[in-house]
Amino acid sequence: MNVIELKNVSYKYSAGTPFEHTAVDNVSLEIKKGEFCGIIGHTGSGKSTLIQHFNGLIKPTSGEVLVEGKNIWSKEVNIKDIRFKVGLVFQYSEHQLFEETVYKDIAYGPKNMGLDKDEIDKRVRQAAEDMGIREELLERSPFDLSGGQKRRVALAGVMAMKPEILILDEPAAGLDPVGREKVLTKIKEYHEKYGTTILLVSHSMEDIVKYSKTVLVMNKGKVFCHDDTDNVFSRQEEILGIGLDVPQITKIVIKLRELGIDLGNDIYTIDRAKERILNYLR
Amino acid sequence: MLKDITIGQFFPGNSIVHRLDSRFKIILDILYVVMLFVAGNFYSLAVAGVFMLIIYMLSNISFRLIFKSLRPIFPIILFTCLLNLFFIKGEGEPVISFGFINIYMEGLTTSLFMTIRIVFLIIGMSLLTYTTSPIALTDAIESLFSPLKKIHFPVHELAMMMTIALRFIPTLIEETDKIMAAQKARGANLDTGGLIKKAKALVPVLIPLFVSAFKRANELALAMECRCYRGGEGRTRIKQLKSGVKDYIALVIFAVVLAGVILLNIYIPILGL
Amino acid sequence: MEGIINTENLIFEYSIYDENGDETGKNRVLENITLDIKEGGFVAVLGHNGSGKSTLAKHFNGILLPTEGKVLIDGIDSTDESRIYDIRQTVGMVFQNPDNQIVATIVEEDVAFALENLGVEPKEIRRRVDEALKIVDMYHYREHAPHQLSGGQKQRIAIAGIIAMRPRCIVMDEPTAMLDPKGRKEIMATIKALNKEHGITVILITHYMEEAAQADRVIVIDKGKILLDDVPKKIFSEVELLKSVGLDVPQATELMYDLRKSGVDAPSDIIDVDECAEFLFRLLSDKEQK
Repeated sequence: MNVIELKNVSYKYSAGTPFEHTAVDNVSLEIKKGEFCGIIGHTGSGKSTLIQHFNGLIKPTSGEVLVEGKNIWSKEVNIKDIRFKVGLVFQYSEHQLFEETVYKDIAYGPKNMGLDKDEIDKRVRQAAEDMGIREELLERSPFDLSGGQKRRVALAGVMAMKPEILILDEPAAGLDPVGREKVLTKIKEYHEKYGTTILLVSHSMEDIVKYSKTVLVMNKGKVFCHDDTDNVFSRQEEILGIGLDVPQITKIVIKLRELGIDLGNDIYTIDRAKERILNYLR
Repeated sequence: MLKDITIGQFFPGNSIVHRLDSRFKIILDILYVVMLFVAGNFYSLAVAGVFMLIIYMLSNISFRLIFKSLRPIFPIILFTCLLNLFFIKGEGEPVISFGFINIYMEGLTTSLFMTIRIVFLIIGMSLLTYTTSPIALTDAIESLFSPLKKIHFPVHELAMMMTIALRFIPTLIEETDKIMAAQKARGANLDTGGLIKKAKALVPVLIPLFVSAFKRANELALAMECRCYRGGEGRTRIKQLKSGVKDYIALVIFAVVLAGVILLNIYIPILGL
Repeated sequence: MEGIINTENLIFEYSIYDENGDETGKNRVLENITLDIKEGGFVAVLGHNGSGKSTLAKHFNGILLPTEGKVLIDGIDSTDESRIYDIRQTVGMVFQNPDNQIVATIVEEDVAFALENLGVEPKEIRRRVDEALKIVDMYHYREHAPHQLSGGQKQRIAIAGIIAMRPRCIVMDEPTAMLDPKGRKEIMATIKALNKEHGITVILITHYMEEAAQADRVIVIDKGKILLDDVPKKIFSEVELLKSVGLDVPQATELMYDLRKSGVDAPSDIIDVDECAEFLFRLLSDKEQK
């Protein structure tokens, strides 16, 4: 079943002026329920504009956005319900923290949903636990936490709304290796625990291949490809051709192929590279 | 939206108006304002207005921008217009009588006169910012006010504050948009409800904005320190403000027109027009 | 020989206060750091967030002063207040967020800022601003407003604003952390050009190992102490030690490490793609011949 479907969606900035710029160009795509999809594309490829269509923050200039089969811009749909159904966490999400305590900040979304106090309490504590935020931190000011902790509080604030679909824009940007690993592992565990559909936007190819099962590549406002990670990476030369990076390990394998030894075109993790090399030696 | 306001915007160009010394431009603009307030009748007002339109033509600034600059001020113009229209009582019979509202001929003319004056005023002020970069304006203000340094008025500090404010306005507007989108994604209601509800809903936007502004200020101070900033003492500038013959000619032209306006004021009542 | 920056038993700590403003203890951020940075080098300081690497960097141009020990910049003690502007001109500093370093509304005015503060003649300012903008390849953008530029371009402007002072050393505190991959590449290329073509000493504070791998020397900081200090090849051969302090190694190095664990005789000093591919080629073609 498709939880999100885009039909011929285009979006133009400053439409009708000399500054008109098409950010999303006639995009049609389908996201399956329970999919963990990595979205890549360089700055200006339209990926940030695209993801804001999924929860109705941006209304397409033309085309239809369907969430769970319903056009979100039709009259019978309340756009606020869509925002609760499709959670969106922006880049550097710690900048949205504003409450006196971590608890209150995580509770902000659920409170806007109009839930009762007990339900809010349950959700706040659950979301905090899922994101690895210790209980004693809940009464602290969010501004006293470390960078990585703040980021996880912001994520918990969206997770507490229990969205069906969770979109994360660069959730690990600017964190050090330990912080990155922690945030991304927690997201993966969350996905496995609740089966939530996850769309993960990242510049880091290493992160995308490590965590997502499918990959959507955006280029110049269009979907370049959207497929299983293996199939996408079998087109590694094309991906390099549109100016995107591939993991260092893939570059090593490409170089090796140029020297005359082909280990296969589906290698993008160290484990798989090691396996192939050992097989070759056997 | 914020982006549509053209007042205070700068449109780079290379016209004679653009090239005038910014200090002179400020003085000339003040002269123009004086001209408008000295003008006591429609004739002298028309002279000042036509004069400004000629300068607009010299500056290559599109006339469409004139209307754009007036748009945000429209409520004020309308208010002045109606206020004069309804509250000025004339000597003769009212032209229009509508219940308790009486509109007199004097009200009509004064209202029209005041409206035209405000419109001309805005047009003149906007031309200054359209043709002068913010930094040149700041420099000019710093230079014009520098005599005040003798009485320990912080001229340089104020100019530096203006520069930094101008530099960070676009950054903070962008940031506000981002924070608003993030809170909307958490179900915030930012556009509906009464005034108090709206103000309350802004808290989740304003607090992050302040936190970020303070952080930026801190980092900027550090960066300025690393670049040897130590106040205005002994500072030089990459661009020196330079006045030339053209600036003095412009000054003379303005003075002549101002004199013309004053003369019109004196002679038109005498001629009984 | 004396380097451009020397630290001797540098200790930095700050006091912790409770709600009433009474001192309750001290937090030691840097512990006995002794370093010698040679002129002309490209040194990376690697460490995770909170390791003390940024605090150390701020000692290199007198923004922070040591609690104990000494910091000498070109022989000048950083506590010598009368020479603080000499220190700042010798060692320039670039920070993480490019937006928060740009003061003026026009690119060239911003690059001129330091020179204006120093009271340099307008003609000379013009010359040095143009030169600095050409070095970072941003001369065409000299009349742009900063907010019209990309992150990488803004960071290059910030760098130009520093090199206009003609410092002998530039300290960069995580200059690429907020940039996209393209911006990151631009900055790394700029850093290399500054170091190799213009002979400026570069100290790069980072937590990206692929950036540190490009330096001549890597200093690993953990809990305020120097953990390792060597050439990149030697540093990254310590895979387990680096991972234990929350750092990564390049994938090439990690592959070699994994192969070694599986009994393959793989070298420990491989850090880049070409070396790695060449080694694998030799390894696998030997096998074919047998």
